[in-house]
Amino acid sequence: MSLPLLEVKDLVVEFPTRHGTLRALDQVSFSIAPGEILGVVGESGAGKSLTGAAIIGLLEPPGRIASGEILLDGRRIDKLPYEQLRQIRGRKIGAIFQDPLTSLNPLYTVGHQLIETIQTHLPVDAKEARARAIALLEDTGIPAAAERIGHYPHQFSGGMRQRVVIALALAAEPQLIVADEPTTALDVSIQAQIISLLKSICHKRGAAVMLITHDMGVIAETCDRVAVMYAGRIAEIGPVHELINRPAHPYTAGLMAAIPDMTQDRENLFQIDGAMPRLNAIPAGCAFNPRCLRAFERCTRDRPELMPAGVTRAACWLHEGRPA
Amino acid sequence: MSEALVRVTDIAKSFDVSAPWLNRMIECKPRSLLKAVDGVSFGIERGKTLALVGESGCGKSTVARLLVGLYEPTRGSMEFDGQDAHATFRKPEGLKLRQRIQMIFQDPYASLNPRWKVQDIVGEPLIEHGITTDRQELQDRVGSLLESVGLSPLDRVKYPHQFSGGQRQRISIARALATQPDFLVCDEPTSALDVSVQAQVLNIMKDLQRRQGLTYLFISHNLAVVRHVSDHVGVMYLGRLVELADKHSLFAAPRHPYTRMLLDAIPKMHDTGRARTPVMGEVPNPLNPPTGCTFHPRCPLANERCKTERPALQTIGGIRVACHAVEEGRA
Repeated sequence: MSLPLLEVKDLVVEFPTRHGTLRALDQVSFSIAPGEILGVVGESGAGKSLTGAAIIGLLEPPGRIASGEILLDGRRIDKLPYEQLRQIRGRKIGAIFQDPLTSLNPLYTVGHQLIETIQTHLPVDAKEARARAIALLEDTGIPAAAERIGHYPHQFSGGMRQRVVIALALAAEPQLIVADEPTTALDVSIQAQIISLLKSICHKRGAAVMLITHDMGVIAETCDRVAVMYAGRIAEIGPVHELINRPAHPYTAGLMAAIPDMTQDRENLFQIDGAMPRLNAIPAGCAFNPRCLRAFERCTRDRPELMPAGVTRAACWLHEGRPA
Repeated sequence: MSEALVRVTDIAKSFDVSAPWLNRMIECKPRSLLKAVDGVSFGIERGKTLALVGESGCGKSTVARLLVGLYEPTRGSMEFDGQDAHATFRKPEGLKLRQRIQMIFQDPYASLNPRWKVQDIVGEPLIEHGITTDRQELQDRVGSLLESVGLSPLDRVKYPHQFSGGQRQRISIARALATQPDFLVCDEPTSALDVSVQAQVLNIMKDLQRRQGLTYLFISHNLAVVRHVSDHVGVMYLGRLVELADKHSLFAAPRHPYTRMLLDAIPKMHDTGRARTPVMGEVPNPLNPPTGCTFHPRCPLANERCKTERPALQTIGGIRVACHAVEEGRA
């Protein structure tokens, strides 16, 4: 196995508040190999976006990394000073956010924004930067790129705008792309276009992707591996096919069963009763135990770490002591 | 066809999006009208669910707002239980009719007043419609409404911010049910929710329908959800219905090329790594829709006739579809 491009080790993110410190991410560890697409799923508040933000170095104060390490290409990036981090962000890590309208500056043409990004990170002159910008827009499937480069963000449709954002993220040819809900604001039909674009571009350039989404369908078609997050921890992580078809963690299984299926008729959907606990009231033991149908005595007492569960790894006592 | 509770005939709504008068005079621009809904007809039987699907901007939500009387139609009419709904809304009896038609909105964070307690939110329609004035009775009614959506009567004294998204949507449902309506218009009721919570809300909606015989118009862009909740499905494109069929035939054998495209665009959960067929192109600008069939620039089956002649919704093989290719047997 090749050396991982991104390695996250025991990452803990905390928010100090008046009522004590809240632990939003608790001992999150995973890695992404070059050219691999890792999906991160979970419900709102599970800590998916926070993980992404911590990697890009865009944690909003008072949030802070309390312990753990983030390594990019073997080099620690979580303790870097702001200026050095700024050079990595954009150059080595590209970011794509949910809402394409808010990630573009409405006052500048898309060409201006692309050229600015290219020149910040790469030693090219204005003419070459412009040529690159046009090529990028063409790569992302924007018709008449040479003409569109002079347009403002509001002149693009939602899907086209997201293509511009992808072009912007790719501008300095980063090795890692963190895509936080890149298709959530788009229609299903446009979503399919953007996903296949993201997939083919990463394939072509060999970039690794961390794809954060709550949409299992998107994960299923795009990712190589998936991490399921619950209450700030990884509940299960493994190859996408096994995780979807043979989920090992009861939470993953419940999540899969709650999705209305196109192939079978059911009178009622499976529902996971209750809601994810608040950060200030995470139950003892396994955080999922109050909602879990298979919880037993130990689940309310000890917190499970990720352990081998068939092909995937799950944080669940049901799998303790089973051969991998 | 059996008795329909709601019958909509050729309903249309245009919005005037012209520049101000002075600009029009100086720049010699004509008035511009946006035809958000352009002649839609359908019926919903009592106790059934009709779902409307389509991409953003196809006019689904405008139809919803027309049906509850938030908009006056530019053309066409809606008949509710035998009476002309929009004519009745204008008369004093309109209040009685509004009790019978209620709406659930998409965003449970925006549709509840953050300064009101749940008691006031759910109780408001009861007071507004003069159903009860007695304090104790009001409390009991709100309590039982909350119970019917799976919340505790003790939640009455809390504020919306003390609830999660799914619970808030249940409060919206309880409020909509307060006047004991026959017909609920649900505009993307689960789009803002997580899947596990979405399942809870959809199950509650189905239970309520079974128990109280409610009729739903369910608007969604999520075809899997639509397949789960609906009896009939209407597919909208640029303000018009392109296909209207019962759920089983629509999902088993979609006829209109647009419906097929939408179905192909759904990710298939269990064959991982399989790419879907991406839909080509995007929805055109509704201010300047294409001639003929508005779908022809994206349609793989389009020919000369599609570019000039607008297809009407007609019954072909038991379902209603507006497509020349289907009519001519090319599809």
